[in-house]
Amino acid sequence: MNRFAFYPGCVSKGSCPELYESVEQVMDLLDIEVEELTDVGCSGAGVLTTEVSDPINARTLAKAEQMGLALMTICSTCQGVIGAAALRLQDPEYRAFINKEYLAAEGLEYKGTTEVKHFLWVLVEDVGLDELKALVRRPLEGMGFSPFYGCYLRRPADVVGRRERRTYIEKITEVLGGTVVNISGKGKCCGFPSLTINEPNALAMTAKHTGEAKDNGADAMVTPCPLCHLELDGEQTQAAAAARRTIEMPILHLPQMVGLALGLDPKGLGLGRHFVSTAKIVAQLEPVEAAVSAT
Amino acid sequence: MQANLRVRRYDPEEAEPSARMQEYHIEVPEHFTVLDALIQVREEEDPSLALRCSCRASICGSCAMRVNGQAHLACKTRLSAVAPEGEPVTIEPMGNQRVVKDLVVDLGVFWNKIRAIEPYLQPAGPEPEEEYIASDESMQNLITPMGCIMCGACVSDCTALEVDENFLGPAALAKAYRFVADPRDGASHERLQTLNEYGGVWDCTRCYMCVEVCPVGVAPMDRIMELRDSVMNEVGVTTPGARHVESFARSVARSGWLDETMLAVDSWGRFNIPKLLSQAPLGLRVLVRGKLPLPWPFHHKRAGAEFVGRIFKRWESKKQ
Repeated sequence: MNRFAFYPGCVSKGSCPELYESVEQVMDLLDIEVEELTDVGCSGAGVLTTEVSDPINARTLAKAEQMGLALMTICSTCQGVIGAAALRLQDPEYRAFINKEYLAAEGLEYKGTTEVKHFLWVLVEDVGLDELKALVRRPLEGMGFSPFYGCYLRRPADVVGRRERRTYIEKITEVLGGTVVNISGKGKCCGFPSLTINEPNALAMTAKHTGEAKDNGADAMVTPCPLCHLELDGEQTQAAAAARRTIEMPILHLPQMVGLALGLDPKGLGLGRHFVSTAKIVAQLEPVEAAVSAT
Repeated sequence: MQANLRVRRYDPEEAEPSARMQEYHIEVPEHFTVLDALIQVREEEDPSLALRCSCRASICGSCAMRVNGQAHLACKTRLSAVAPEGEPVTIEPMGNQRVVKDLVVDLGVFWNKIRAIEPYLQPAGPEPEEEYIASDESMQNLITPMGCIMCGACVSDCTALEVDENFLGPAALAKAYRFVADPRDGASHERLQTLNEYGGVWDCTRCYMCVEVCPVGVAPMDRIMELRDSVMNEVGVTTPGARHVESFARSVARSGWLDETMLAVDSWGRFNIPKLLSQAPLGLRVLVRGKLPLPWPFHHKRAGAEFVGRIFKRWESKKQ
């Protein structure tokens, strides 16, 4: 049993409800037990200055510390921003300043012990690839997936930590029976941060990445970041039109891909909520009973 | 050790110029850098290989190129670090710049962007009788950006420049910060006004690529974020980017979490009727899929919101 303090982030509770729905179901099957932090603030997403986001994130880290649990995120951006704050808060002088100026009023103190881990890392480092493989009921055989990480699960190196974390999606895809279809842009920006600021730039990035996945023969892309999903799925039609081509590349949240391989119902995993149809993916799935009897 | 290099070659003087990969397999000492190996190739295997280098000690910034897909200074990158088991090492010219030949790129784009930010002090007021004086303390912030060796690695791998050549890019913006933050400069306000425009600070995607590839720790993205703060404080909230930051802060301070729908509306402009109308079909599609979070005033407060709000108030009072 792996236990975590769970930080779902704003987007899985807002415009990507299927991420929350799918991770909940997958965690059940993987024996991951979580206590959701319901009274903590938005990480700031790198938009807010660290002068204000560090105290907010220190408060979140302190709450997880009180529970004696590591913090689990399901968003690359939340992971990167809270992870970076946790790293800065390793400095005793800075931590004392944040505690005194911001947390003491609420009777909180952060001691600097909370580990911050994205669900992607938990799958490999806590659940384990062997355990995950043993739970597969519907191998994703014959299906090609292009990984798309989200910037903050790739950089900066000191926040991301172990270098092999940059290849975890590929490892998980293979364990689930799928084929990795590499794309050069898997660690680049999806375009989302520019969407409301410089839309043509955002769409050009989206068209580039989804188009590359299509050109390389992927059946779907998979991402551990809901912001990347909002962009690559939600803006793909406009991006393809701007690039004057057809793409129609389904974009799966990481727990959706895992859930499909573990035999969960595609509809229950929220595949019907996507903008780019996932029907072709669903059509390729074998019925669980047939898949189980074949293995 | 064995060095197995895959080098991207391009010769514009060929009858039908096209890029191709060429392999070199050479024996080199353990301590060799990528640059050492390339120089050995040029001197002993293939004198036609074009590359740019000078100091061989990470000072001149001449030998930036892509090693295994990411910009590096070739003289600072040991082969044993990128290919400890003699794995193939892919070496290509920098990105986002025109290739002149093989590993040599045209740095015109890079220098034009640096020139565009007027990279020299523009003091205001009467000239002092002797030199301009700046305190040690006031120059501390400038040490990092002043360390830039103009190698172009950040420009090579910038994800915004990849789709928009109009973007000033990380090197020029870090250089702009160096002058905006210099107490002797008298043109900071005008500089910030320019940086607030299309192609300036708001077109950075915050992807950390420039921070990752900079060989001397300038961390251009961090400098760009500081410039954003300065733009908002000194020029005001006049662009979608600035409105985005303001709306983000407002919703988190009020409710503890992000009001995504209002964030988009605020960034476009609440009274930008044509834009808002153009987004109506998208809004409908989002609504149908159950993916439209209700905006303010329906955006509910999260438990603990008062504590998050208190952090904002405390921060604002400290700023003043």
